[in-house]
This record gives sequence, structure tokens and C-alpha cells, in this order.
Amino acid sequence: MAVRLSLKVAFWATMISLPAGILIAYALARKEFYGKQLLNGLVHLPLILPPVVTGYVLLVVFGRRGMIGGFLEETFGLVLAFKWTGAVLAGAIMAFPLMVRAIRLSFEAVDPKLEEAAGTLGANPLLVFFTVTLPLAWPGVLAGAILAFAKAMGEFGATITFVSNIPGQTQTLPSAIYAFLQIPGAETSAIRLVVLSVIVAMAALFGSEYLAHRARRKTMGR
Amino acid sequence: MSLSVEIKHLFSGFHVDVGFEAPQGVTAVFGPSGAGKSTIVNAVGGLLTPDAGRISLSGRVILDTQSGVNVPPHKRRVGYVFQDARLFPHLSVRNNLLFGQRFAPRSSRIASLAEVVELLGIAPLLERRTAALSGGEKQRVAIGRALLAGPEILLLDEPLASLDEARKGEVLPYLERLSAEARIPMLYVSHARHEVQRLAQTVVEIEAGRVVRQGPVEAFVGASGAAPVRISLPAGTLGPDAAVISFRTSDAMLTAPDIRSGAPYQLEGRITAVEQAADAALVTVVVAGAEIELRQSPEALARAGLDGPSKVAVHITAADILPR
Repeated sequence: MAVRLSLKVAFWATMISLPAGILIAYALARKEFYGKQLLNGLVHLPLILPPVVTGYVLLVVFGRRGMIGGFLEETFGLVLAFKWTGAVLAGAIMAFPLMVRAIRLSFEAVDPKLEEAAGTLGANPLLVFFTVTLPLAWPGVLAGAILAFAKAMGEFGATITFVSNIPGQTQTLPSAIYAFLQIPGAETSAIRLVVLSVIVAMAALFGSEYLAHRARRKTMGR
Repeated sequence: MSLSVEIKHLFSGFHVDVGFEAPQGVTAVFGPSGAGKSTIVNAVGGLLTPDAGRISLSGRVILDTQSGVNVPPHKRRVGYVFQDARLFPHLSVRNNLLFGQRFAPRSSRIASLAEVVELLGIAPLLERRTAALSGGEKQRVAIGRALLAGPEILLLDEPLASLDEARKGEVLPYLERLSAEARIPMLYVSHARHEVQRLAQTVVEIEAGRVVRQGPVEAFVGASGAAPVRISLPAGTLGPDAAVISFRTSDAMLTAPDIRSGAPYQLEGRITAVEQAADAALVTVVVAGAEIELRQSPEALARAGLDGPSKVAVHITAADILPR
């Protein structure tokens, strides 16, 4: 139950943050603009803040009476606080810095001379991005996405603060392990989940290594 | 179709200030490294915006700093062949070739894939990955890729400079074919005199950011028609044995004695006479007892303090060594 929910939360957290992650990573790697350092700081904030603080901020902003939360509920009927969708948001925000760092590095590794060459061949900047920059950075993008998936999967502090720990609704894998540890004699159930999460994490790691290896071979032109 | 260039640019401490016209055919931008040749092609290609200037291609203004026109590279329709080929490593040779064709309007196409593949002899390479290509093969694919993008002019920035002699020999015949068959003007940047003589119809000679001479290749110092001179060298000059060195005087350059250059052969000589001709100075040099006559630029001679009888170093960039 908790494993299924965690996989679902981690999947959506990765999916919704990936486009924004790619965009921001590209801007940080290649563009000079006013407020770049501020954006960089904001992206990294969840990495440095105590997760409980991030969760609390989410609750204030995205709660039913929060600035954005109220708007979302009125216009789209979308409630985040204490719902699994909120766990997606919490996971996405917490994983975002890791994702952006990995993708930014891979963008920085793309030779700008190749982008220049694509420009002289008639590709406008948007086409250069999609036909040259992104394909060449793909191993890093993949690695960033899988890193984010693993992080969202294991997110605890911000999640439990923002969406609580409701079995069957918002109880993710880490929250379930935490809950079992609070009950005397439930260690076996806790250990089962611990083993499961180790397996999922290892699988993600191996999967990312394999995909990155394959993608790297391809982009190196071998 | 023709290209007209006029630019001024301050680049890492020295001024580039040039103006020239490149008519139909191959125009060589010739000069030593660091003379500002790359600044010129980059300005034409749109990879660098000069401080001031105006560039027009077949009457279409692609840069005019005065009226604020600066057409971005992808709209200039300028085919650029870089010194380092810059093939896309994630694409096969075929997809590298076709990369620019996708963005070119049908009307601007000047060659089909089949024609380009035939012209450059790259049919066996089509399905390969770029990492598996030799330097010469990469450069041929890069030329094909630029042609297929349907350019109005082809810029070749030292396309042979990073290749060894054998690879150069592999690419040069294709460049000659290209210069004979291409229906667009080409700007060929090089510091190698013999490449310029083999490929170009017009030469623009650049020195220290200035055009020192421009005109048809026939008027170019030591045009390729000149017969090679032969000098017998005593044992110990080029090796333990006596030998004969045979070279075209156009492949020789004079500097003050004791100056080392990258030239493969360097001989000591003595200037016995300097005579001013219409567009060059005729310098008589005695090397190993033989008298040879070299055409040199008067400005360069004066700068090196070689405008009268003196000791001199003769640098020879290309020569045949024959046994005696």
C-alpha cells in the first residue's frame, strides 16, 4: 500500500518537475540574466532548510487557506494539503535541487561550439536546443530524473508536515516505516518495508547507471 | 553573387580594420596566424559582432552596425566549415549531412544528398558514427553538411590546418573539385601559401589586421607557375649527407637571422640586392653559393630590417629533398 503510493508520488513528482528542472538548469548553465544568483539560491533552498520548515512553508502557501492553495481549490478544485497530490508537490520541491544540479552539469558539459555550428546550419536557438543541446545532455538529464525519483520516494520531513501520515491516503513508505516503529512489536512490518525501500533504491540506481551508460555511448558517437 | 566586407574590430589588444570584395569563385583570406583572419570569417558567419562594419551578401545586408542590422547566424545562409569539423557526435554521418537541409527552404537548395556524397566521396561513411572517422573524413562530412544547408556562400576556416600531411593530401583534391563545381562563392581562410595557390582565384592578404594586398591569384607573390629552384647543400646542412633541396620561391620566407619559425627547413643566406618592382620587392639571396631571387612584400622587408644587403634566414615551408 505505502510502497505503491510512494512509487506513484515519486513518479509524478519527477514528471512534473522535469520540464521546469530542464528549463532552470539550462538558464543557470548558459544564460546571464538579472537575478541569476537569487534563482540559484531559491532552487537550492530546500536542500539547506530543515525539511520540516519547507513542509510548513508549503502548508502556509498551498494549504486550503494559503495564497496559492485557496486559488487552486477555487479554480480547479485541486486540494493539495493532506492529499497524495500534496505529497507529490513536497517530493518535487525537495528533489528539485538535486535534479537541477545534475542537469545543469550535463548542460555545461555540452560544447557550445556544436551549438554554434548548428546555428550556422540554419537552426534557430529553440531548434538548436532540441536537436543538439538536449540530446547531448540526455545522460545527465536521465541521471537527474532518477536521482529526483529516489529523493521523492524517500522524502519524509516536508511530506509528513504538509500532508500528514494518513494510512492509505498520504502514508508514503518512510512515513509508514516511522509509524510502525512507534508501535511496540511492529518491528517485523517495519523491517519488511525497509528491505523493500532498499530494493527500490538499488533498482533505481542500477537502472540509472545502465541508462546513462547507454545514452553516453550513443552521444559519444560510438 | 558576391560578398562585400568592411569591418573594424578591437580584439585582444589589436585592431582588425579590413575591407574587401569576394567575387564568384574561391577567395582566399591569406595571412599568418593571429593576423585577424578568424575575426573576419566569424564576423561574416555572425558568430562575432564587430565593433563597426557592414557586410552584404549578394546585395543582402547581413550586418550594418550603423543602421543596427545584425542578421542572426541561422538566418544568414552562410555555410561554415570549421577547422575542427564540429560534427554532431550523437548523430550518424547521414544525419549530420542532413541536419541543415531540414531547416533550408526548398528553393535555396543547391545540391542533393546524392550529389554531395558523390562529390566528396563519402558514400561508404554514411551509416557510421562520427567518432569512427579520420580527421580528413570528418572534414569532408563537415563540408557536405554545410553544402546541404543551402548556403549562399561557403566559409572554410583553415579546414586543413589540424590535419597531418597525409590527411591534407586526402582532402585537397575534394576541395579542388568543390572549387571547380560549386555554384556559390567560397571564402577560404588559410595561412598555407600552396593551398591558396591551388584553390583560390582571388587572394586577400591580411597582415596584423590590415589588408596588405588583394587581387587575382596570378598577381599573388610567386604564383604557382614559377619553376622550383634547386640548391646543392654541402654535408651537415640538412643532415649528415650532402643533398639537393628543391622548392618554389613562393614557399620561402625571409626573416632576420637567428629567428626560428615553424618551417620545416631553414637555411642561412645573405641578401646581395633588393630591387623594387611594381607590387613587390625582388630580393636576391645567396644560399650555399647559389643565387636565388625571391618576391617579398616591401613593408615586411622593411619591418624586418632586410631592405638592404645583410645576413638573412630563409624559411622554406615546402620542399623536396633529393639525394646528391
